[in-house]
Amino acid sequence: MALYQKYVDWCGKTMEEKYILELQHIRKEYPGVVALKDVSIEVKEGEILALIGENGAGKSTLIKTCSGAVIPTSGKIVIDGKEFTHMSPQLAAENGIAIIYQEFNNVKGLSAAENLFLGNPIRKGIMIDKKAMEREAKKAFDLLNIKIKPSTLVGDLTVGYQQMIEIAKAIQQDAKVLIMDEPSAPLTTSEVESMFKVCELLRSKGVSIIYISHRLEEIYRLSDRIVVLRDGEYVKTLITKESHVDELIHLMVGRDLKESYPPRKDCINKDEIILELQNVSGNGDHNINLKLRKGEMLGLGGLVGAGRTELVQMIFGDVKKTEGKIIFNGKEINPKTPREAIDHGIALVPEDRKRHGALLEVSIKDNINMPIYKRISTASVINSKVEWETAEKYQKSLLIKTPTLHQPVKNLSGGNQQKVIIGKWLAANSELIIFDEPTRGIDVGAKFEIYKLMNELLEQGKTILLISSEMEELMGMSDRIIVLAEGHITGELTKSEFNQNTIMKMASAV
Amino acid sequence: MKNKVLNIVKDKAIWIVFIGLFIGFSMATPRFLSSNNLFTIARQVSMLGIASIGMTFVILIAGIDLSVGSIITLVNIIAAHLMVDRGFGMFAAVAVSLAIAVLVGTLNGFLVSTIGISAIIATFTTQIVFEGASYLISGGTPIYGFDERFKVIGQGYVGPVPVPVIIMIVCFALGSFILNKTYFGRYFYAVGGNEEASKLSGIRVGLVKYLVFALSGFFAGLAGIVMLSRTNSAQPTAGLGYEFDVITCVVLGGVSVSGGDGKMSNVIAGVLIIGILTNGMVLLNVSTYMQMIVKGIVLALAVGFDSIQKRRAIV
Repeated sequence: MALYQKYVDWCGKTMEEKYILELQHIRKEYPGVVALKDVSIEVKEGEILALIGENGAGKSTLIKTCSGAVIPTSGKIVIDGKEFTHMSPQLAAENGIAIIYQEFNNVKGLSAAENLFLGNPIRKGIMIDKKAMEREAKKAFDLLNIKIKPSTLVGDLTVGYQQMIEIAKAIQQDAKVLIMDEPSAPLTTSEVESMFKVCELLRSKGVSIIYISHRLEEIYRLSDRIVVLRDGEYVKTLITKESHVDELIHLMVGRDLKESYPPRKDCINKDEIILELQNVSGNGDHNINLKLRKGEMLGLGGLVGAGRTELVQMIFGDVKKTEGKIIFNGKEINPKTPREAIDHGIALVPEDRKRHGALLEVSIKDNINMPIYKRISTASVINSKVEWETAEKYQKSLLIKTPTLHQPVKNLSGGNQQKVIIGKWLAANSELIIFDEPTRGIDVGAKFEIYKLMNELLEQGKTILLISSEMEELMGMSDRIIVLAEGHITGELTKSEFNQNTIMKMASAV
Repeated sequence: MKNKVLNIVKDKAIWIVFIGLFIGFSMATPRFLSSNNLFTIARQVSMLGIASIGMTFVILIAGIDLSVGSIITLVNIIAAHLMVDRGFGMFAAVAVSLAIAVLVGTLNGFLVSTIGISAIIATFTTQIVFEGASYLISGGTPIYGFDERFKVIGQGYVGPVPVPVIIMIVCFALGSFILNKTYFGRYFYAVGGNEEASKLSGIRVGLVKYLVFALSGFFAGLAGIVMLSRTNSAQPTAGLGYEFDVITCVVLGGVSVSGGDGKMSNVIAGVLIIGILTNGMVLLNVSTYMQMIVKGIVLALAVGFDSIQKRRAIV
């Protein structure tokens, strides 16, 4: 009995000691937002741990605390028994933590071998010893079963092989924990398969992998355990073999719908189709068919990278479609520039307000008038009376808070900046307004105002296409939801069918 | 209130520098303040001023035009060639050479906008091409012997005021009008501030770039005509290195090299500062080489000041 107890203790102890990386009670606050709330995870030696959650669940922030890119407000990072309050890129490397980012850290004009030893080349005196590096690189590649000739220029390699070099580099630098952020996103199907093989090989050699992916099938194919995050909080750890996809999805989205959305009367004109897409392809999307009725708010759901922004870029003439038809107001249109789309009556409130939406250095008045300047000019000279009247009209109707319309837009709050952008499109007399993540980075009170404004637009006879990665917002505001995954439409739901689990399932394409 | 005063001071800082320099030179040498000398300065800066208007537009959209000097030379040579060797009348020669200036400016626009070469490289290459063309047409020798009336543009007077100064004033008024009253002006600021957001606001960014470089070609060409009339002989080195002085004036006038910010009125101050600096140094017998060093330092100071302000704004 005593011996058995000893044995159990010993097992327990080794189990505990086998944690190669522990994040303990990690909390990260940004001004006004808590990105991570008391998140603890453990990574065992030689396991593949999947980290999943919706957009904005806190996955990226969490792994950035391991690399030193984010300093946690509180909490501890324990690597192989050593405690840290925060990491730095050097500390992470010294302690065997490596991250494979989506953007590779390579030099395209150097060989595979030279990239492997980038910043730390093998030398012979002051000369670089190319032969030795190629020899060592060959060893490293053989170890991972990667078939790359060490002298090949990295620029000549496919994305899949470039990623392999990144992995080999991490292993070369004695990484014990490899963190991979959406590693399969840029790869083709066969490349993904090779990458899996490398991951499995690494696991068998005792390397631990934290694997982040939106693709649930990959997670089931590859991982040993799954950690679920939601809204910056730790939800649960599952043993992959013992869990089911439905349970997983429920854990990812299973929040109570708490925020309320302003009511609106039904404005849909059933007979009038304002926008129709027929087999539209291009920009990463395939065969998109959809209809949008006048006065309707159609929500586009999906995960980041599902192809929603890409779709509206084609409708707005920012990127050319390769196939299919766009029919607007009964006529086929083929906008080649945003200008043409605007002239047809289409408007876009882009996702990145500061980089694409508003002209930050330019005044509120000029921003509102920007799409119509040509129209309100006679012989190129701006009619300044009309210019001011337009700006004042939309400042009043949208309640833009500012001491003067001369104010550069950069001095406004996020909500008011968004109103200026909306005002610009109202001035341009747009019929269809596309909102891409309209409330991102906007505080709660202003969010509600934006929602009310969107309702008013519908009541005035405008039509809205809404892209939102916030499940609640999408369900709270839309009349109908179409879900995209990897460039395809994977489902359509009417208001009565709205359900978080269903949408998530469609978005993950399982 | 205090902020407001500070902002006005900041906005007019360049004029304060101008007044300071003006007073400084007046005290250093009595010849500086003579009315004769002041008109000489105005006449000397007139070509610089005219060319700086186009450059202001270009820099406002975050571009640069290094071919300004070579366009000035090209216009010198072509106008002279047309009048002397081809028997063109004075007005026809001026009109044709200005049209060519607009055309070569448009070529810059084509390289930057349609082909997508960065402005600095595109105009650097065309600079070499235009210079070569000037040598080719002139055979490397000066061209002279124009109609007496042609002298009026560069050497004439209306009352006490030199004609080139009047041309410069009209051009500044025109430039200011384009920038402040027409919708193109609004587009220049928008494109310079954020190209992507401008495109998504419905501005045809590509066309704006064409227009800006064409305008730069036009004003450089006009400066070339004034120069030809003043010197009364077309030299194949007429505009050599002129773009440097023009860029210095514009940047000194507070037009941000990163685009989207600047005022025509302050560019005038930039032009005047370079004018009195050059004139004052000549009066004080500062050597040409020393003058180059001083001008280089002035340009570095102006760009440095702009960079520091931009960095503060971001923090």
